[in-house]
Amino acid sequence: MTTTRPLLGSPMTRLEGREKVTGTARYAVDYPVDRVAYAWPVPAAVARGEITAVDATAALADPAVLAVLSYENAPRLHDTDDRTLAVLQSPHIAHRGQFAALAVATSLEAARGAAAAIRVAYAPEPHDVILTRDHPGLYKPDEVDEGMPTDREHGDFDTVYARAQVRLDAVYETPPLHNHPLEPHAATAMWDGDDLTVYDSNQGATAVQHVLAELFGLATGKIHVINEHVGGGFGSKGTARPHVVLAAMAARVVRRPVKLALPRNQLAAVTGHRSPTIQRIRIGADTEGHVQALAHEVTTQISALDGFVEPAAVVSRVMYAAPNSRTTHRVTRLDVPTPSWMRAPGECPGMFALESAMDELAIACGVDPIELRVRNEPTVEPDSGLPFSSRHLVECLREGTRRFGWHDRDPRIAGKHEGRLLIGSGVAASTYPVYVMASHAEAHAGPDGSYEVHVSASDIGTGARTVLTQIAADALGVPLDRVRVRVGSSDLPPASVAGASSGTASWGWPVHKACTELRQRLEALGHSVPEQGLTVAADIAEDLDDREDYARHAFGAQFAEVQVDTVTGETRVRRLLGVFAAGRILNPRTARSQFIGGMTMGLGMALLEGSTMDPAFGDYAERDLASYHVPACADVPEIDVHWIEEEDPQLNPMGSKGIGEIGIVGTAAAIANAVHHATGVRIRALPIHPAVLMPPLAGARQASPS
Amino acid sequence: MREFGYQRVFDVPGAVALLGTDPEARFLGGGTNLVDLMKAGVERPALLVDVTELPLGRIEATADGGLRIGATVTNSDLAADPQVRRHYPALAQAVLAGASGQLRNMATIGGNLLQRTRCGYFADLTKPCNKRVPGSGCPAIEGEHHNHAILGASEHCVAVHPSDMGVALTAFDAVVSYETADGPGELPLAEFYLPVGDTPHLETALPSGALITGITLPPNPVAAVSRYRKVRERASYAFAIGSIAAALDVRDGLVREVRLAFGAVASRPWRAREAERLLTGGPASAEAFAAAADAELAAAETLPHNAYKVTLMRNLVVAVLTELTEEATR
Repeated sequence: MTTTRPLLGSPMTRLEGREKVTGTARYAVDYPVDRVAYAWPVPAAVARGEITAVDATAALADPAVLAVLSYENAPRLHDTDDRTLAVLQSPHIAHRGQFAALAVATSLEAARGAAAAIRVAYAPEPHDVILTRDHPGLYKPDEVDEGMPTDREHGDFDTVYARAQVRLDAVYETPPLHNHPLEPHAATAMWDGDDLTVYDSNQGATAVQHVLAELFGLATGKIHVINEHVGGGFGSKGTARPHVVLAAMAARVVRRPVKLALPRNQLAAVTGHRSPTIQRIRIGADTEGHVQALAHEVTTQISALDGFVEPAAVVSRVMYAAPNSRTTHRVTRLDVPTPSWMRAPGECPGMFALESAMDELAIACGVDPIELRVRNEPTVEPDSGLPFSSRHLVECLREGTRRFGWHDRDPRIAGKHEGRLLIGSGVAASTYPVYVMASHAEAHAGPDGSYEVHVSASDIGTGARTVLTQIAADALGVPLDRVRVRVGSSDLPPASVAGASSGTASWGWPVHKACTELRQRLEALGHSVPEQGLTVAADIAEDLDDREDYARHAFGAQFAEVQVDTVTGETRVRRLLGVFAAGRILNPRTARSQFIGGMTMGLGMALLEGSTMDPAFGDYAERDLASYHVPACADVPEIDVHWIEEEDPQLNPMGSKGIGEIGIVGTAAAIANAVHHATGVRIRALPIHPAVLMPPLAGARQASPS
Repeated sequence: MREFGYQRVFDVPGAVALLGTDPEARFLGGGTNLVDLMKAGVERPALLVDVTELPLGRIEATADGGLRIGATVTNSDLAADPQVRRHYPALAQAVLAGASGQLRNMATIGGNLLQRTRCGYFADLTKPCNKRVPGSGCPAIEGEHHNHAILGASEHCVAVHPSDMGVALTAFDAVVSYETADGPGELPLAEFYLPVGDTPHLETALPSGALITGITLPPNPVAAVSRYRKVRERASYAFAIGSIAAALDVRDGLVREVRLAFGAVASRPWRAREAERLLTGGPASAEAFAAAADAELAAAETLPHNAYKVTLMRNLVVAVLTELTEEATR
């Protein structure tokens, strides 16, 4: 496993890059389809209540309008675990923006016009949409994420914290955040008898296939989900979304193919988002900064339709040696859109809090923040007691120290000016677990010396297709151009979602396994391929069961330099550096893009992004890309990314860890810590807008005129 | 989206006459705001009269040393014009601080003055808005208003005007020229936008059916030492949360002449006349600048989430006038 692999580790360019930049790559609603109709949803205009009437008379007056669907006439669906998918099944409205009706017409314009003409009457009910730390509805969920314990307790936190020489007690808040991929959630649905084909923008064709089969009461094999190209997802396309159910339903009713691309201003309510969190962190330490007691207590929300409990305290079970610790999650059910996964769910908001707190502790103890982290490096995973398969956080911090020039930093707070700009720098650690999920693949050798590899993987812009080709060619021992990898269809061997940074491991492993076995069988045949070719299928379920118990995580360190304008409160990032230890990097070119993309998104989280819940109406105020501020080019400085060579035999045959999410973990804390270093102002609630920074800056200016 | 007619016009009288044929007709410039509002159902014109081919696309020096800017000049062309850059640098800076390159290439200066607020309630047909549906209410006052008005607003509307360009034009005493069926007319920009009061749906003093034909900037030597500073959350492609256009003439430490206008604080570009009055003839000092800003902002009425704008505008006045003082005395 440690032999030189020239194909693995080479900076291969994306196989579909030319198609994408020339506009020939087809996304979910780009496929030409005969007799296609268009659907346009009607979002509910109350935060909670019952639909009392749906008047489609005006909409149906247009002969171009084929149907108006609502709970009154929509086909019945079978139940699934995901209640957000029970579209148009009930008059009850669980949150504003939930779909109340759907217009279907022969043109997009007619569908949109019809949707505007549908009159939906409601009996509104009082709603509750604002999370507070003492919300009366808070309860202890059975688990967080999928299968993680809600609470963990080690030692005696209360006693040790109470006696600690240095105590930190702070509350950190992250706002609701939206994934907002560039390609909206979109689908083209076509029925042929009882066979349903959907071109759908999702992160897992197999997963969507299974859910659609359940909803429509059909065998899995009747459903064909194609996601050849996907314009981003960031977690919001990790499960089937209501749009694909609506498209399939509409296509069945009007007996024509139907295209449905959600308009941007509907996305915020129906495609998931990162829940807001309120996180209290308490740390008791000695004066040298050794953490003796750590509590990380998370308050968050789900919707009336359930949703995902953001596991933000889980990072405190992994990061630092703390003999006495408490990690808890409490959640309340509000009349809000349903939260879901967004890039590094749990780790991303959790590390904003923990890594801000570590910075505060370093200052309280007078210890350099890098040295503080080194002093609290655990020998085993603190919560599980398991050894780490590999952990090179300290090496990342040291390498970053050197590359960033950290030793030249004056630790004094608000000590560096350039005119009216204050300059500061900060550091934070990154971490993300190593996940791998059961998947299948097939490798086929043709008599002409070509190879074809099939796996229902999803390339959501990450370069998955490319790296899988590298893995296959490497295992087969043939040049890249002899191998064609097919992904993006549920008709291929079933595979897991592009999520949890697990794609390369989960798909690459069975690809590697099938190709390795195929190569061996071809060698046994003296390299003569039978006329009909030779196919090998692989399944890694048993390989996963056979793995030894280790704590498997990637780690990293992020460094930020910021400037804060004392006149305006504007913070701009001057430099970002990320150093990561994430196993073997299989493709430096696409990996670099993943790290940079994650860090850019982390910069957005720190300074720009946030969705504002409107208490009167129950929806998010930012519903387009003009008001929901993702970073523009002008916000993003040169981002420097490096990685530590890390050999870890406990991962997978390629020796890789996932890299899609770790880049966003820690960025916001590094930037907030840099803002504190620059100004002396500690911002514990993101984002760091001028409106937030201005009042304390003004106070500081008056207190110490300079 | 409602079906609508579309017609391109090539001469000003024809444009005005065509618009007069239909009370639900609208002039279409670059369409960068109007078309969005049509998609949202906020604007529902029956006829679009495309004015982009009218002979109003030039920037010319006037006989008295000012500038005449045609209504269909694009934002990009205005910002790139050498006369604008030399004589009214804050105007070029303001235009370049707005929108994106693509939008500036499309947007016209006539349309820029007539663009609508980006208040989220205004564009959402499922919610009340006094500007869109008079008498329906203003949810921003109790709701999302972190970028809403602190000056000149009312209990009926707290929306802000989104233009950057208009702030610089206001500082430089621009005059709007228009054409109606009854003949041409002029409006100083200072009188162009109506007070909010209880009629936030009535935004300008333009006569019904009028076509903006151009903007005249009077000769204004003080404008040659001018600056536009825009504060925004995102570094590009974001509306101002506060902005300032300022011009200053300082001799021997005294303010001989000053121009000051604020953006993103009111339903219109806000000319800071009280501050100008206090500053003129007085010392060009940080203390004087702060006192003038405080006097101008004394009338500010803030909401829970936009109170920061008072400090922001005060800081901007002091900082930008200080910079201009240094520039003038260098």
